[in-house]
Amino acid sequence: MKIGALTRSTSAFQAPGTSTSKQPRNLDPALHPFERAREYTRALNAVKLERMFAQPFVAQLGRGHVDGVYTMAKDPKSLENFASGSGDGVVKVWELAGRKEIWHATAHENIIKGMCWTRDEKLLTCAADRSIKLFDPYNTESEAAPISTWLGSNAFTSLSHHRSRDSFAVSSNVVSIYDLEQHTASPEVLQWPNSVDTINGVSFNQIETSVLATCATDRSIILYDLRTSSPLGKTVLNFASNRIAWNPMEAFNFAVASEDHNVYIFDMRKIDRALNVLKDHVAAVMDVEFSPTGEELVTASYDRTVRLWNREKGHSRDIYHTKRMQRVFSAAWTPDSKFVLSGSDDGNIRIWRAQANKREGVKSTRQRQALEYNESLAERYQHMPEVRRIRRHRHVPKVIKKAGEIKGEELKSIKRREENERKHSRLKFEKRKAEREKVILAREK
Amino acid sequence: MEVDTAVDEGRIAPEKYDNGAVAVRSSRNNNLLLNKKERENLRRVKEAHKAYGRGKKINLRNIKDKKLRSNLKSLEGKVQDATLKAKDVEILHEETPGFLEPEHELERTYRVRQEDIQENVAISTAKKRFELKLDQLGPYMCEYTRNGGDLLIAGRKGHVATMDWRTGKLGCEIQLNEIVRDVRWLHQNQFFAVAQKSNVYIYDRMGVEVHCLQKHRDVTHMEFLPYHFLLATLGTSGWLKYQDTSTGKLVTEIQTKLGPPVSATHNPHNAIMHVGHQNGTVTLWSPNSTEPLVKLLCHRGPVRSLAIDREGRYMVTGGQDQKMSVWDIRMFKEVSTYRMRKPLSSIAISETGLTATAWGTKSTIWKGLFDKNVSEQKHVSTPYMEWGGEGKQIDRLRWCPYEDVLGYGHDEGFSSIIIPGAGEANFDAFESNPFETKKQRQEGEVKSLLNKLQPEMIALNPNFVGNLDLRSQEQRQAEKDLDAPPEENVVEKVRNKARGKNSALKRYIRKQKKRNIIDDKKLKVEAEWEKIKSERQGKKAKNEEDYGVALSRFARPE
Repeated sequence: MKIGALTRSTSAFQAPGTSTSKQPRNLDPALHPFERAREYTRALNAVKLERMFAQPFVAQLGRGHVDGVYTMAKDPKSLENFASGSGDGVVKVWELAGRKEIWHATAHENIIKGMCWTRDEKLLTCAADRSIKLFDPYNTESEAAPISTWLGSNAFTSLSHHRSRDSFAVSSNVVSIYDLEQHTASPEVLQWPNSVDTINGVSFNQIETSVLATCATDRSIILYDLRTSSPLGKTVLNFASNRIAWNPMEAFNFAVASEDHNVYIFDMRKIDRALNVLKDHVAAVMDVEFSPTGEELVTASYDRTVRLWNREKGHSRDIYHTKRMQRVFSAAWTPDSKFVLSGSDDGNIRIWRAQANKREGVKSTRQRQALEYNESLAERYQHMPEVRRIRRHRHVPKVIKKAGEIKGEELKSIKRREENERKHSRLKFEKRKAEREKVILAREK
Repeated sequence: MEVDTAVDEGRIAPEKYDNGAVAVRSSRNNNLLLNKKERENLRRVKEAHKAYGRGKKINLRNIKDKKLRSNLKSLEGKVQDATLKAKDVEILHEETPGFLEPEHELERTYRVRQEDIQENVAISTAKKRFELKLDQLGPYMCEYTRNGGDLLIAGRKGHVATMDWRTGKLGCEIQLNEIVRDVRWLHQNQFFAVAQKSNVYIYDRMGVEVHCLQKHRDVTHMEFLPYHFLLATLGTSGWLKYQDTSTGKLVTEIQTKLGPPVSATHNPHNAIMHVGHQNGTVTLWSPNSTEPLVKLLCHRGPVRSLAIDREGRYMVTGGQDQKMSVWDIRMFKEVSTYRMRKPLSSIAISETGLTATAWGTKSTIWKGLFDKNVSEQKHVSTPYMEWGGEGKQIDRLRWCPYEDVLGYGHDEGFSSIIIPGAGEANFDAFESNPFETKKQRQEGEVKSLLNKLQPEMIALNPNFVGNLDLRSQEQRQAEKDLDAPPEENVVEKVRNKARGKNSALKRYIRKQKKRNIIDDKKLKVEAEWEKIKSERQGKKAKNEEDYGVALSRFARPE
């Protein structure tokens, strides 16, 4: 008779004198009952932890401004320096790592509307006092006089620098292209033949460098080409837009922050319909910017919130707010796309995490693995009602929640009215217009 | 490989044609055309799928959505990869299971005595056979912890003791001076529950009474569901009660309405309670329903004992009618029945599927009563091993997890014997570790509490969790809000409002016509009217056909 029985010695699993023990695995499903239910429970815990650790607010910078922060400009050559301009004409340059102010100047008499860094790391500012000024914050003392000044005939609203040439575009009721090298030369003027209204935003495409987009109070979006010094086309939307931002990775896509609470993403090659409509804000969107990866967007809104969006989703993935934050006029990604900056009417510049539950800093391998595992668990069970509910839940200020509800009611009633009209008129034979096409009112060439 | 080809040839039975061609019956037999390497690969995939697969593959051809299809395709690829890797990692298993093999046909495994085994195995293993002589307070019950490290014995007259049975170290020993009907370890070796004369008590490892569960009266049977942290008790009154041992809340109380239970166990695969009754039925219970999920008539007479294998596929029951039956509890079909000399007092199934049965003073261990890898279960004629016959009335037998050890509680104390090939050779330290340190035990406790399953997740199919709810929106809403008013039937309402002969609908339509408003209500009423009209027409035509035009007017109205 052949006889054998299991023999395991304790010392084989924990050698004497050591504190580490062997932990053998056996993946036989019979040894792991309830695997689905246990995995689901872990996913639920993971999502709960994700929300528990969601603390987006990091800090505010220094003591901020005295007046509201209306504009911000990142230094494209630095990872940590950026400038902010406030309503009383003061410009400050900040260092992100130390969260401190490194330079300031009273640049203008009133509200600074646009700022931009030149290629040699000097700062251009424009304001409603009809002047453009050039400062050198890194090499001069604070409150230093500008290196040069340009005077215009109208209040300036926005500023954008060319990617490779030493020239910049500034908007008033026309777009003027100034050349930094020929200081005294009069600017090249770009204009739609019959338009007279104020242009709210101007923005150079950073990849297709000679393309320029503007948005104006007459609800138009106009694209210009510098090579021919002529407009490419004009698109009229339903509402005026506040800002235009180009996608840094896809040269042909740009986002428009509109007064009608939405953000529209367009493809400049095909502007007869929006690529996406981002709906969630309950007041005008004041600023929009693509993340450096081109995958996400941040918006600043008049409803006192900052929202983060996925380029492909119609609703925001997160909403940031604090009790003290007032109307937000500017928002920006940091160049490493890990943080978001917001400048608001209360004069503070705030730093937020781009991922509310992420923490920077070195993690141990086990911690990193656990986080990755949790992330994939949450993704795997995202369709489950409980997981979805917890994941989607955000605390929203009462005012904004209420405003959202009222807005929803209003939109519903408009929709109902339209549907009723359709039922009893010739309209019922027509095809319904897609929401993304409704955005466009008219196009001109 | 040889086996494979032989099978293939047998299956095809090639028809010979004049030109030497072979008819290929189905695409499955294509592997005749494959070379050796490809065939081997196919077999490897098949074996891996059998051992570690998670059900059938998704048929991607029927999916129209491109994105979904590609997502599912990549997911299937990942699953396949994981399955193969799980199979490959078997090479790391260190232990091989025990065995007892006759060397020629005259040898019988059931003739092997414990002394023979002790001589032939390692000293450390031989030590696992021992006797505890406690002939005053018996008969004794015995229970092992989930990792097999600790033993709990309880005499019917109130003597309860725990011990680390490998080292022989006594944990605690208490004398309750009260009848003890059942004992159970809770999730680890730190707590155990004792069903005493009137209540259930929970003691800690030092034997200090921690809780008295006063809601559980006259409990005769207890079960602990380790993943749900539920203590299920059955009393003489026939109430099944689930107590959450992590929160202390009583989850449900269910009346079985079948009198005092005779036997009870739980299915380790899906945490369903199986209760054997006086009338020969076995009922299956979950805390989510007040009715039994299944009622199974197993025996002609009380179901004395029952046990379920760890994968939840087979149940072995022993009845007062001196029979033992094996049940497939996925289909609730009887697989085979065996006649016994006496009713079985206790049954236990080991991790490898050995079934130990106790009858009177004797005990028989069966091998191969069921096998998950064959479709037709065979009738076993000779037992695997035998033990007893020394005048000890066996009360309860239990397999020690991850060991080749079987424990007997009898009226003269406790005996532990060696049964080669009973235990799972390779344990998973992340699931339960027989050699765990104190730190590991503590961490494991926290982890298992974090992953505690909710009582709502108990169902016959434990994998329903995480599935999409495919019911329609209306159905879901209806089930969600039972107090909501039912959707009103417009037609019914109009009919009730406008009294008179059958023209109520018509009158409504007539009146509405004047207003020239088309709304949902009106459309519904009109549709109903049209339906009635066409019905009448049809009936009229049928009557005319049956009775003729003249007589049809006298046809009986329905």
